[in-house]
Amino acid sequence: MDAFTKLTAVAAPLPMANVDTDKIIPARFLKTIKRTGLGVHLLDTLRYDESGAERPDFVLNREPYRKAQILIAHENFGCGSSREHAPWALRDFGIRCVIAPDFADIFFNNSFKNGILLIRLPRAVCDTLMGDAGMGGNARLTVDLARQVVVRPNGEEIAFEIDPFRKHLLLNGLDDIGQTLQHAPQIESYETRRRAEKPWLPSIAI
Amino acid sequence: MPETQKPRTLFDKVWDAHVVERLPDGTCVLYIDRHLVHEVTSPQAFEGLRMAGRAVRRPEATLAVVDHNVPTADRRNGISEPQSRLQVETLEQNVAAFGVPYIPLLDARQGIVHVIGPELGASLPGMTIVCGDSHTATHGALGALAFGIGTSEVEHVLATQTLLQKPAKNMLVRVDGTLGRGVTAKDVVLAVIGRIGTAGGTGHVIEFAGSAIRALDMAGRMTVCNMAIEAGARAGMVAPDETTFAYVRGRPFAPQGAALEQAIAYWRTLPSDAGAAYEKTVALDATEIVPMVTWGTNPEAVVAITGRVPDPAAETDTARRAQMQRMIAYMGLQPGQEMQSVPVDVVFVGSCTNGRIEDIRAVAAVAKGRHVAEGVRALVVPGSGLVKQQAEAEGLDRILREAGFEWREPGCSMCLGMNPDQLAPGQRCASTSNRNFEGRQGPGGRTHLVSPAMAAAAAVTGHLADVREMS
Ligand code: SF4
Repeated sequence: MDAFTKLTAVAAPLPMANVDTDKIIPARFLKTIKRTGLGVHLLDTLRYDESGAERPDFVLNREPYRKAQILIAHENFGCGSSREHAPWALRDFGIRCVIAPDFADIFFNNSFKNGILLIRLPRAVCDTLMGDAGMGGNARLTVDLARQVVVRPNGEEIAFEIDPFRKHLLLNGLDDIGQTLQHAPQIESYETRRRAEKPWLPSIAI
Repeated sequence: MPETQKPRTLFDKVWDAHVVERLPDGTCVLYIDRHLVHEVTSPQAFEGLRMAGRAVRRPEATLAVVDHNVPTADRRNGISEPQSRLQVETLEQNVAAFGVPYIPLLDARQGIVHVIGPELGASLPGMTIVCGDSHTATHGALGALAFGIGTSEVEHVLATQTLLQKPAKNMLVRVDGTLGRGVTAKDVVLAVIGRIGTAGGTGHVIEFAGSAIRALDMAGRMTVCNMAIEAGARAGMVAPDETTFAYVRGRPFAPQGAALEQAIAYWRTLPSDAGAAYEKTVALDATEIVPMVTWGTNPEAVVAITGRVPDPAAETDTARRAQMQRMIAYMGLQPGQEMQSVPVDVVFVGSCTNGRIEDIRAVAAVAKGRHVAEGVRALVVPGSGLVKQQAEAEGLDRILREAGFEWREPGCSMCLGMNPDQLAPGQRCASTSNRNFEGRQGPGGRTHLVSPAMAAAAAVTGHLADVREMS
């Protein structure tokens, strides 16, 4: 996975609470065989009308937010089902960071597994950042993960908390698999020992 | 590895034997011996490997098959439903690209992943076995630690042959005594779930033990472990014994000759030590278990076939009462209604719970010399091509066809209705599968979970019926 170090990007304000995973990616898009390609259906019912046409006033349909890499929302973002399709859709759209007062548990884990940084900040701070984001293309936010700060367009820095292990994975671009592969020598020696102790364990060949 | 002197459970022993490394926060890198793969939960995992430029670490530890989506009518001309076909074709491309052993749709060994694993000897005692499917618990009947995983974890196992896991807690479910005539493994596990509830096993691995479990054949043990997940457990397990070893002997992928004897010597060390500790223990008396049937939309909403639909008015907890009312309304039943008075439209025999040869024999035994009731559609879907062959060799297909049952090709079929085998809205089904959730067998469909013999009794009488009353 690509590392997350420092991101300077357009942020899209989404002043809604309880944006559930059904809103993020409706159930009818789950029959896919890909985790890519879901970005076009991100927030589908908010973005498109019944005929499939874009709702022109929705933030992600407007410039410069079509290229937003940061999303700012209100409480309980990502509640609902466990579908990993929700972070897949965000990531495919280009979102690398969501800022909100809090997030639903499963979504929280799923997002980090997919290289998305979730930042918890108080509601008032989120509103301030939404104000900044509302100023458009000249008002980019910077998220500096190493220093754990969000930098406002006026240069003010806002500190945020993050679990050290998650920070380590993101900074080094390690997904769970990358993390486990750091133990490859131990896996190899386990396999050697296993072959000696349980030579009867069968291999499959069709 | 903790070489503790402390008595250990079956689960502890299998777990300890697979810990590659214990991380400071208690998470373990757990080695996976066998990874079973099917078409629905694997496409994104293979795609992930591709995007990261990773290979499958041990293709020979992996076995892929198509089961969830496949039609159960004649399929020599392929799959007509486009999305199902795409998922099957995608798996075929992935196994070819990554060198994963694969059993194709038209191979006689094709079948439900949890039926073919044990049947082919790919699942063995003492192994860690995973699959992107919650009913992986089935394989625990062999004394394996077998559990379901999500798509990211499927990718993780493909890439590393390990998982990052924290150990589960131990739970013991003892069933002692002799089962009565007409009472089967399915009734045992439904009775267990009725007792402990759908969250009774949450966070635990359930070890099923006691004389009634020992007396079950492997098919019965698989039925029991299959539904451990319906009790909320991570996995179900039964200690390997002579029944297990006899079952494994001669299976195509199982070790043979001296290697098998060496394996058996190891498997004999796996049963729980005397005095091993369990966080939870539940005991049931086998002699009190009768044929069971679900009345609601989760597997704990279950009663004896001689019982009645419960009356929500008698429930004091308001949330529970509301849930009962919702379930009774969805199921189209009346409080206090006798279960045996409930007519059925469809009977489904199959699934990884009850799609094995023993199950089909039980259905044929009831069907022989009888006929499916007027207006009832009864399907028998063998769990695998080998089960189908065996049944045909025994003449069971003929008995079933003559009795008016449909004899289908193997797959998951109406267990979850991803293929064309679905209930119509409002249709009522006596089903040998494992989930009676709303819409599970088709939107608006109503499912009553029963044993194979009970399903056959429902088919020939046209209503839920007590198989013990049929001579
Ligand atoms: S038979 Fe049903 S429960 Fe079993 S694997 Fe198939 S869909 Fe899942």
